[in-house]
Amino acid sequence: MHKYLPHTEGDIKQMLDAIGVGSLDELFEKIPKKLQYQGKYDVPNQLSDLEVTKLLNEIAANNKTLTIFRGYGAYDVYTPSIIKALTSRQEFITSYTPYQPEVSQGTLQYIFEYQSMICEITGMDVTNASMYDGPTATAEAILMAISHTGKKKIVYSSLIHPRTIEVVKTYGHYRDLDFVPLPEKDGLTDFSKLAELSKDSAAVLVQSPNVYGNIEHLNGISDTIHAEGSLFIMNTEITSLALFNTPGNLGADIACGDLQSLGVPLSFGGAYIGFLAAKTPLLRKMPGRICGITTDQDGKRAFVLTLQAREQHIRRAKANSNICSNQSLMALSVAIYLSSMGKEGFIDLARLSLDGAYYLEAELVKTGLFTKSNNQTHYKEFVLESKIDPKDFDTYLIEKGYLGPQYLGDGKYLFAVTEKRTKDEIDQFVKVVGEFK
Amino acid sequence: MNKHDVKYLSSHEWLYVEGNKAKVGISSYAAMHLGDIVFFDLPKVGQTFKKEAVFGAVESVKSASDLYLPASGTVVAVNEALVTKPELVNEDPFNNWIVEIELSDLSELNSLLDVTQYEATL
Repeated sequence: MHKYLPHTEGDIKQMLDAIGVGSLDELFEKIPKKLQYQGKYDVPNQLSDLEVTKLLNEIAANNKTLTIFRGYGAYDVYTPSIIKALTSRQEFITSYTPYQPEVSQGTLQYIFEYQSMICEITGMDVTNASMYDGPTATAEAILMAISHTGKKKIVYSSLIHPRTIEVVKTYGHYRDLDFVPLPEKDGLTDFSKLAELSKDSAAVLVQSPNVYGNIEHLNGISDTIHAEGSLFIMNTEITSLALFNTPGNLGADIACGDLQSLGVPLSFGGAYIGFLAAKTPLLRKMPGRICGITTDQDGKRAFVLTLQAREQHIRRAKANSNICSNQSLMALSVAIYLSSMGKEGFIDLARLSLDGAYYLEAELVKTGLFTKSNNQTHYKEFVLESKIDPKDFDTYLIEKGYLGPQYLGDGKYLFAVTEKRTKDEIDQFVKVVGEFK
Repeated sequence: MNKHDVKYLSSHEWLYVEGNKAKVGISSYAAMHLGDIVFFDLPKVGQTFKKEAVFGAVESVKSASDLYLPASGTVVAVNEALVTKPELVNEDPFNNWIVEIELSDLSELNSLLDVTQYEATL
């Protein structure tokens, strides 16, 4: 018996006999030999509690803590201490789908509060209890549009984060969707052929701030899109809505995006949380759970999951989406975050990122290493161009204790500044960049 | 109008023929079994459907069911009252039609059930 596997030789033989296979090798013979792991697993023997702690501390000591100036979809953000203290309570952290209204008023209420705050920030009418992350929320937005319009063409801006569009296309793979890109021009989406391209389309998908961090010019595009009978889907960075126009004001039918910036730690890429919000006419197409407020038979306020006929456990194969889960703990975290920030704090935080980004941009240009790629209004990320070698530059910065910009190819470097970066840190970083040979 | 004036599809939709047009609704049996109806997903005027194609859906508090068209045709009107008051169908399923269609093949009507045949299927 292998020291970490529960199966005895006898167990394995019994299982192989049951399916009529002679050996493990025979079971895996469909996998080409060269793809099968050939080495020794080399897992050491058991260690005591103390030894494990010591070993893991030694491994952890190899980690380098870097000061982060990179974003590209995941941001080094401030997490108020209150969040961990509350979200780690057992009734939240170990609960599994606690949605029966007679015993789960607390959970249902925080979801309702979360939904209310997302609707207020985005200017939309309705949102669900949350999605896995920004890209999957965007994919679900596309599915809503397809179901609502009965059309199969999706027009999308080429300045959407490439990982988002990859996920959207994966979701669209078995639905024979037709994806038509809108070109870019001077760091923004080129909408000059929008009317023509959006003919017979289910939706036009735009991200603002776009992948370069620039604020797209979206005034009036919803009219053009609606005139073609198509829907306007806006993917956005939630904190930017503290300072810039909301999807609701811009006439978006669906808004979606990631909420990682709302105090969710980077934690190696997840768990994050996405949001999906819509205008009332699309309410019935909304996937997942929606929490509503009502009164019980004694007239007391109560929270319940509502409009469940939309959902896949009722509609089965006919459901618009087969998602029946959400990121409840993350939604709680976001609700606590927004409650602790308040409206003023939410705006201050966005302001810090924006000001920091403009300051860093100007200082980097002064070093002579970088030039501006475009003159658009941006939020907390921006692109600069340079002829330096991206690999050498990246390695140099890591050695100096920085996670530098994301290289986008074509001499384009994407920098990000979050509320966590102080003026001193920015000045120090610029000095280090200026010394790059 | 009542249950004797219409023709049926075994999936519980009724058809009330007026010349080359017809109104479509659901039977009282269907309305009763759905429970409280909360939403109709209605087609758009001008859409064309084949006989027995799904032309919409009805949602109640406990389920969602597709609606099948008893005869081929083009939608000429939808009952807008059901957008805000879908419960009208629970109250009186035979006088609250869902869509009106222009029939494209009158011979299809011969294959529909009369009230006796329909009730025998329940």
